[in-house]
Amino acid sequence: MTEAKLMKGNEALAEAAIQAGCDAYFGYPITPQSEVLEYLAREMPKHGRLVMQAESEVASINMVYGAAGAGFRSMTSSSSPGISLMQEGISYLAGAELPCLIVNVNRAGPGLGTIQPGQGDYFQSVKGGGHGDYKMIVLAPASVQEMADFVFLGFDLADKYRNPVLILSDGAIGQMMEKVVFKPYTNPQVDKSAWATTGKPTTRERNYVTSLFIQPERMEVHNLKLEEKFKRIRENEVRFEEINTADAEYIFVAYGLSARICQKTMDLAREKGIKVGLLRPICVYPYPYKRLEELASQVKCMISVELNSGQMVEDVQLAVKGKVPVEFIGKMGGLLFTPEEILQQLEKLIQQYHAN
Amino acid sequence: MQTNEQVLPLPSLDIAVPGCQEDEYELVYHKPSTLVEVNMHYCPGCAHSLVHKLLMEVVEDMNIQDKTIGIAPVGCSVFAYDYMNIDMQEAAHGRAAAVATAVKRLMPEKYVFTYQGDGDLASIGIAETLHAINRGENILIVFMNNAVYGMTSGQMAPTTLTGMKTTTTPNGRETSLSGYPIKIAELMAVLPGSFYVSRQTVHNAAAVRKTKKALEKAIKYQDLNKGTCLVEIIGNCPSNWKMTPTESSKFIEEEMIKTFPVGDIKLPKAEDLKTKLEEN
Amino acid sequence: MLEELIVAGFGGQGVLSLGMTLAYAGMVENKEISWMPSYGPEMRGGTANCMVSISSNKISSPIISRFDSAIVLNQPSMDKFEARIKPGGLLLYESGNIFKPSTRTDIDIIGITATTEALLMKNAKIMNMIMLGAYLQLKPVVQIDSILEALKKVLPDKYHFLLDINRQALVRGGEMAVLSKEQTVA
Repeated sequence: MTEAKLMKGNEALAEAAIQAGCDAYFGYPITPQSEVLEYLAREMPKHGRLVMQAESEVASINMVYGAAGAGFRSMTSSSSPGISLMQEGISYLAGAELPCLIVNVNRAGPGLGTIQPGQGDYFQSVKGGGHGDYKMIVLAPASVQEMADFVFLGFDLADKYRNPVLILSDGAIGQMMEKVVFKPYTNPQVDKSAWATTGKPTTRERNYVTSLFIQPERMEVHNLKLEEKFKRIRENEVRFEEINTADAEYIFVAYGLSARICQKTMDLAREKGIKVGLLRPICVYPYPYKRLEELASQVKCMISVELNSGQMVEDVQLAVKGKVPVEFIGKMGGLLFTPEEILQQLEKLIQQYHAN
Repeated sequence: MQTNEQVLPLPSLDIAVPGCQEDEYELVYHKPSTLVEVNMHYCPGCAHSLVHKLLMEVVEDMNIQDKTIGIAPVGCSVFAYDYMNIDMQEAAHGRAAAVATAVKRLMPEKYVFTYQGDGDLASIGIAETLHAINRGENILIVFMNNAVYGMTSGQMAPTTLTGMKTTTTPNGRETSLSGYPIKIAELMAVLPGSFYVSRQTVHNAAAVRKTKKALEKAIKYQDLNKGTCLVEIIGNCPSNWKMTPTESSKFIEEEMIKTFPVGDIKLPKAEDLKTKLEEN
Repeated sequence: MLEELIVAGFGGQGVLSLGMTLAYAGMVENKEISWMPSYGPEMRGGTANCMVSISSNKISSPIISRFDSAIVLNQPSMDKFEARIKPGGLLLYESGNIFKPSTRTDIDIIGITATTEALLMKNAKIMNMIMLGAYLQLKPVVQIDSILEALKKVLPDKYHFLLDINRQALVRGGEMAVLSKEQTVA
């Protein structure tokens, strides 16, 4: 069971879903994540689980709603344009407090965009995405191993908070192969009988799942309850990784694939004597604001590195509260920066700071 | 569970109620126990309250309250879960069939129905409806057709009659701009996944009895697992039709059924029924 | 140790499986590995490539911009990737598919007639294994035995009868590399 396997990110994620006790998966084909649906279509029935290819992403997410509302561990996955179609449903899931796992294998956009990797869905993922006031825990894997690990974690967090959890991956992490080890896992089997629609016995009141609160006062009470939950999430679920930050004068802030590329840049820079470190948010919601603020007092500059036009950089700015300059290095169009390109830009920035 | 607020307080009755001895009377009617003891928010003469009751009577008669899960739509019947005393889910606009698909597939031993209006099912949700039926999902779809958007106060629905005035077709529905009233029952009957498709009305007592019968059959057919049942019900909407309840029933009889003919549109095959179901 | 390699050619030449087998063999030897394919429509009829990293340490970026080695199986890939090989690196190409090889003088350039050889061995599909055998002769990043071990795991049981021809292909590739290198030096 703990033997290492060589798997694609998407396949590792799919296998993890099975091992995590996912009861139902609903999906619609879209590059670069179709392997998830394909893998589960092949493997789920062997475990007596439900897998369905829906007629659209809109149907997928609403099937997830139905399954989650009936108390089943359920999930869907898609890529950027498909995730946009799901936003309405995600808002309903959050509003009705239904736990589920959603996976976005991010490709570059806007519009139909390209099938190559991107991180342009950051804002959509961490700031709400759909209508109304809600948040999701957003996990950003940077390796095939994490594609698997975050499925277990994601399901557990979803159950813990009765809230959708999003895995925000990208085309490269989804398509690449690496070693992956599946650790033994026990499904905590959370009791959902107080709210799941499984049929009303005479012994309890009826359960109903809804996000409708037509009376403004009731809506506010519900909003405040959700807010309290998101506050607990912000207090307890911040996750990040730090590499070489102890003596760093410059810090890269990057998640997912960008963090992997930055790591290489960091190695190259350190060979040249540049003291650069990396902070990798593992959760992009909730965000490690506090830790970034602490680090701000020791560095000359923070550099947000993203495969988009500059989205997470705003969170870095929020975090450091103007204490240090925040710079941005980005790449778009589904193209990837090379470690050397980032290094060049870093060196340019360092020159600027020395000139001043 | 929390329940929704009362929408209207009961008017106090000034009439003196004659006292009576209980044992002198035979109970000939009672409100089904599967309805919640609250007043409904529906307008006088609205078909929803009646159809809610019929559906819950069937659930009570069949003694399947603990096995029934309903999916409510967005529309006038969005509050269905406030009235039906069963486990329910409130779906996003148009998506009830997708929600019901998951619920039934994961709990095949339960009875699952959606309750949807014409805007919800025939307009925004037609894709989910059609695909659910095409997969032969073993559910009942109760389709309330009153030819207007009720909740948003009387706009054109896909089922609005040709020439019919609504707030968004002030001069009457023009087919050149807005197309034709869509015949859901006939459309869905064509799909191999549909098992039993019927169109009924509730505008008089005889029609009500037939509708209940159709609903009852459609729920029982879930025991056969042969496909989707769809019962389209032409419902009165006096408020948005700007009519009295009596006028609205006359309108159904004289106008609506010309476009939407009443009766069973697709019947189960005899050999399918023989298997285990006892027909009433 | 860190070897960063690109394998590139037409879809159908076994580009992806060559890289995957190598990565798997790395895993057999408990090395760190990553395999990053090109994906989507570019794989259909057009060029396909994959980047493979094999290392004794944790691999930072799976995206490689400058290669230690390149195994190139068609002309478009030669044109695209030749310049991105590090000085002192290795360019191994399939001579039958390349009419204009690299003119660089700061890298090792070895051509192998693997397609013809595969046909002589009566199995066109083992061309990629001949190339892999040649590569491992020149850059022994993993043992041939590990490749065979990997193939055993990658190939479904019903294809295990093909293990022997694959082994022969790997060996033949190694011999051809030696020969070709001698010719180049001479």
